[in-house]
Amino acid sequence: MDLTEPDVASIDVDVARLQDAVRDATRVVPEGARTQWEVGGAPRAGTLVRAPAGVVRYEPADLTVTVAAGTPFEHLAAVLREHGQECPLDPRDARATVGGLLSAGLSGHRRLRLGPLRNWVLEVRFVTAEGRLVKGGGPTVKNVSGYDLPRLLVGSLGTIGVLTQVTLRAEPLPAASQWATTARPPSDVRAELFRPSSILFDGRRTRVLLEGEPADVEAQLRAGALEPAEPPAWPPGANRGRISIAPDRVERLGARLTNAGARWLAEVGVGTVHVAGDTPETLTAAREAAAEHGGWLLREAGAPALDPFGVPLPNFGLQQRVKAAFDPHGKMNPGRIPAIDPDPAREIA
Amino acid sequence: MHDLVNDLRAALGTDRARAEPLELALYARDAGVARGRAAAVCWPSSTDDVAAAVRIARRHGRPFVARGSGTGLAGGATPVGDPVVIVTTHMNRVLEVDTANRVAWVEPGVLNLDLTRSVHHLGLHYAPDPSSQQACTVGGNVATNAGGPHCLASGVTSTHVLALDVVLADGSLARLGGLEPDQPGYDLRGCFVGSEGTMGIATRIAVRLSPDPPAVRTLLLGFDSVDDAAATVSGIIAAGIVPAALEMMDALITRAVEDFVGAGFPRDAAAVLLVELDGLPDGVDAQIGAVRAVASERSARTVRVAADEAERALLWKGRKSAFGAIARIAPDYYLHDAVVPRTRLVDVLEQVYAIAGEHRLTVMNVFHAGDGNLHPLIVFDAREPGIWDRVHAAGDEILRACVEAGGVLSGEHGIGLEKREAMPWIFSADDLDAQARLRDAFDPTGAANPQKVLPAGSRCGEATRVPEGAWI
Ligand SMILES: Cc1cc2nc3c(=O)[nH]c(=O)nc-3n(C[C@H](O)[C@H](O)[C@H](O)COP(=O)(O)OP(=O)(O)OC[C@H]3O[C@@H](n4cnc5c(N)ncnc54)[C@H](O)[C@@H]3O)c2cc1C
Repeated sequence: MDLTEPDVASIDVDVARLQDAVRDATRVVPEGARTQWEVGGAPRAGTLVRAPAGVVRYEPADLTVTVAAGTPFEHLAAVLREHGQECPLDPRDARATVGGLLSAGLSGHRRLRLGPLRNWVLEVRFVTAEGRLVKGGGPTVKNVSGYDLPRLLVGSLGTIGVLTQVTLRAEPLPAASQWATTARPPSDVRAELFRPSSILFDGRRTRVLLEGEPADVEAQLRAGALEPAEPPAWPPGANRGRISIAPDRVERLGARLTNAGARWLAEVGVGTVHVAGDTPETLTAAREAAAEHGGWLLREAGAPALDPFGVPLPNFGLQQRVKAAFDPHGKMNPGRIPAIDPDPAREIA
Repeated sequence: MHDLVNDLRAALGTDRARAEPLELALYARDAGVARGRAAAVCWPSSTDDVAAAVRIARRHGRPFVARGSGTGLAGGATPVGDPVVIVTTHMNRVLEVDTANRVAWVEPGVLNLDLTRSVHHLGLHYAPDPSSQQACTVGGNVATNAGGPHCLASGVTSTHVLALDVVLADGSLARLGGLEPDQPGYDLRGCFVGSEGTMGIATRIAVRLSPDPPAVRTLLLGFDSVDDAAATVSGIIAAGIVPAALEMMDALITRAVEDFVGAGFPRDAAAVLLVELDGLPDGVDAQIGAVRAVASERSARTVRVAADEAERALLWKGRKSAFGAIARIAPDYYLHDAVVPRTRLVDVLEQVYAIAGEHRLTVMNVFHAGDGNLHPLIVFDAREPGIWDRVHAAGDEILRACVEAGGVLSGEHGIGLEKREAMPWIFSADDLDAQARLRDAFDPTGAANPQKVLPAGSRCGEATRVPEGAWI
């Protein structure tokens, strides 16, 4: 498929088929590239559905791009790169589909400068449990016309609807980009830098990603006494999770994680801590450490017996009402946010 | 009515609720044109007070409307359905400045500019800067997802709100979002921001504070044609530069502002652009060079870089005084707000002038050009017979032209009462039904700021009826 010459008509046909499939199914399991298949609870058996793929519209001068939700991120990135632009969804695995990335809602490592994933989404189109095609948001870079359905969909793990198409904001690619490292503590480094793209800390070394004008990157390297380095590796291990915690608690938490035998890498200033271990027990220990510091751990991979979130959903009643408003019978991707599924006793057979 | 006020007084304090004709008149509208009528007005001083006021309103079978400073332009705070108006202006404390997390917790009645001033000594600021920032509240900003000139690169309000304590329509409390980067479940914080008071009342708000940039430079560009100015906007973006701010003023407004403040704008230019670049010094210099190049390609005849902070402040004073300046030209104005793709700015602006011309109206344009957010401003004298019809007709046509160009109904003022009926121009029945479901999930009672945002009939199966109490 040539993504720069999309066949919008065929995408429409696919969407119409998807609507039928969703409407007729008793349980709908949206599937992207399965790069984050273990995020959230395990999916239940049901009708697997996929969104179409392809770039629908790309206006480089508007810095906006509309893609079908099944488009692999790497294809989107390639199309944007031809015009010196990017959409910094920053997946770990570039084969991830755009729709899957947004549904999982996990932001990338440049969140410090570029903000969370949800900030890049302008418009969503999704198929509801009843098979209706719904649009929320709008295609322009600024918009307050109506309720923010895009933000509802981001991170909803397919439990509200199946994303079929999204419009995203794009950015000029930075002219220069450099990872660097230092043994100095991350908070000192952060105080000296202006809008670093990322500051990562593993308890020993601070790693920084600087992006922007070449002269600025050079100046920041000098200001922070930073040594150029290779990009860091994510903590390895079959059992992985990410902790969310108030940013000022990251360093204290890190010491606890090390004691618990976890490998970890913290996004300084953001409050995301990536954790990995060889055994499921490591994640359990990391989860306890996170809770002690007021955070929580999302299980991302491995440790199948571990609860995916480990904490009750905040504002449970409100969350339930939102879910029930869109999917009263719980047919959309049951199991992924287990607490939100309607009472199994009332569930349709 | 007396019982209602007495109950409010008993809960909030004797001086904290009124229903005298003067108050009811003062709170009958916001800065937009729609009028309504309140049953009572109250001024809570705490979250508990707000919850009490909501419960009392409900007990008396009345809806409630949150109100900040009433600078909204879409009728969002206009009371419809004889509600209790709950004014947040006494809840105006900055509760906590957390420098380690670069977060401030504020009450909803804190004025936008006061927040930025309160953290200035720390080298921090609150990024969203609506032109009304001296007067509008952070709570109102949250409810309208307000923007401002400096939201081009840094994002509008939603980008800067981390957590909210809200009073829901049943009087219960909820904390939406948090200081930790992610929460399990749905992004309720994201749903609430921009909901125009229809999902509840924000009583404590955690906002992100941004570090002041080391270097800030402001350029004034003058052009002989609006087209060249608009094309320069697209050219700057296409050159890979997203300025901190990129504002445009046409000839009429430039002259009005110049007469008013003497900011040094070229009085004979057909349009001027204000371009602000910020960041590290070398990068800012490089970007100034690039912007100059784009401007000269488009035959800019004034290219001035503000020499110092005083000159820069004066240029911005000019831009932010635009509305004050207009009062000198005509007694009344109607300010519109719509967004078009940046690439369509040139042709949409041409249509805006043509539409105003056809209706024999004067239109001025002063707007956030960098993100395609138009603010056509129709100036008139409301005493002229029949003028309102022409003003409304022209406004509708302008909005239609924006939508036809692939735009949306509002970039920052919101839908409120003003644009409810236009929602079907961009949303299908199914789209509106989905929005209604989200709104109703937050407020199953329908008591929070009723009849705003969604047109009657948005819920599938809902009968269409003419709203009561709204004079538009
Ligand atoms: C001269 C002028 C210039 C302007 N420039 C801009 C601009 O550049 N950018 C921009 O975005 N807007 C602008 N505005 C519009 C207006 O200032 C904004 O919409 C602002 O956010 C409104 O704040 P407020 O405190 O006045 O809110 P109000 O007008 O009192 O209320 C606005 C809405 O918010 C709701 N609300 C208020 N407080 C709360 C709360 N605590 N919880 C829940 N809901 C609440 C109300 O019910 C209403 O729906 C301008 C207005 C004027 C008059």
